Amino acid sequence: MNTIWVLLIAISVIFSLINGRLDEFTKAIFDGAKNAVEVSLFLLGIVSLWLGITKIIEDSGLIHRLSNLFQPLICRLFKNISPNHPSITSITLNLLANFFGLGNAATPLGIKAMQDLQSLNEDKETINFEMMLFIVINTASIQLIPFTVIGILSDFGSRNPSLVVLPTILATILSALLAVGILFLGRKFFK
Amino acid sequence: MNTGQFISQLIIPLFILLVVGYGFSKKVRVYDCFVSGAKDGIGVALKIFPYLLAIFIGVKAFQASGALDFSKDIFRGLFDLFNIPIEVISLALIKPLSASASLGVFTDIVKTTGPDSLASMIAAVVMGSAETTFYVLAVYLGAVGIKKTRYLVPVCVIADIVGIIIAITVVKYFF
Repeated sequence: MNTIWVLLIAISVIFSLINGRLDEFTKAIFDGAKNAVEVSLFLLGIVSLWLGITKIIEDSGLIHRLSNLFQPLICRLFKNISPNHPSITSITLNLLANFFGLGNAATPLGIKAMQDLQSLNEDKETINFEMMLFIVINTASIQLIPFTVIGILSDFGSRNPSLVVLPTILATILSALLAVGILFLGRKFFK
Repeated sequence: MNTGQFISQLIIPLFILLVVGYGFSKKVRVYDCFVSGAKDGIGVALKIFPYLLAIFIGVKAFQASGALDFSKDIFRGLFDLFNIPIEVISLALIKPLSASASLGVFTDIVKTTGPDSLASMIAAVVMGSAETTFYVLAVYLGAVGIKKTRYLVPVCVIADIVGIIIAITVVKYFF
């Protein structure tokens, strides 16, 4: 992340110098700051909401029922996590939310999953393989039906907006599989 | 499509009812339980904020400085070579950086090229199959305070590029 951020900032400054857009640069970073506040406030609301809901899931014992349902699949991917650990449930819930395209629920549940995974992590500052696997699966965004996209296509008068569903599912599954494959390759090469 | 939309609207309310109802039937003090869980949200939001700030500033500056437009020009030749509509470049570049901006770019592509064009089809699949990678990284890593990410970021970047190529290939195959 360090390199990426330095690159973003340095390239931006150089380009705004060349293009004579220094004014826009300054405006953009204030704009970005404002955006960060807005998104954080939004996150504060929905993260708290879903943390409240997951607490009920945990305390009522519903957690065991949910995790029993998906344990085989998730445990096969996350081999080093014991099947009874809470992270299995939060990972499951996050993947389900992604699957149904519920972005507002997926992010908070993903944060919960990261915290649960962190509790198993020995070195708290360094990421472990399970966390990387979880993030890679998330960034590949497995989604069943892209409702927003279909909505926009039909707004502009598409003849058959649901035509994109099948290619989207195919592309999303393929890219998720490849992303996980690339991660496993990364483990081999970088150690 | 209406039934699909109805089902998707139903998921969250139904899930919440299930959770609250189940908790109540198990004699859990649902209200107190919810509040004590929600309390942790404040800490999480505070922890994530500086990471979000950093990434948003970087992305906004990158857009405003003209660096994004320049990157588009670099990729233009490559896209021409494989007969890919050039409109897709903007989306491919902006999608990993910003969700709201990519939605704007997508809407623009649909508006200018028509909803049934090849560009719109590719853009739609890219929208559905790619994620705002850097936002996800900032939020998830920030929430637990991970500093050393090992080989995660290069893997994500490569996976993003592969994902875009797959999206284009799949659409070209289908249409």
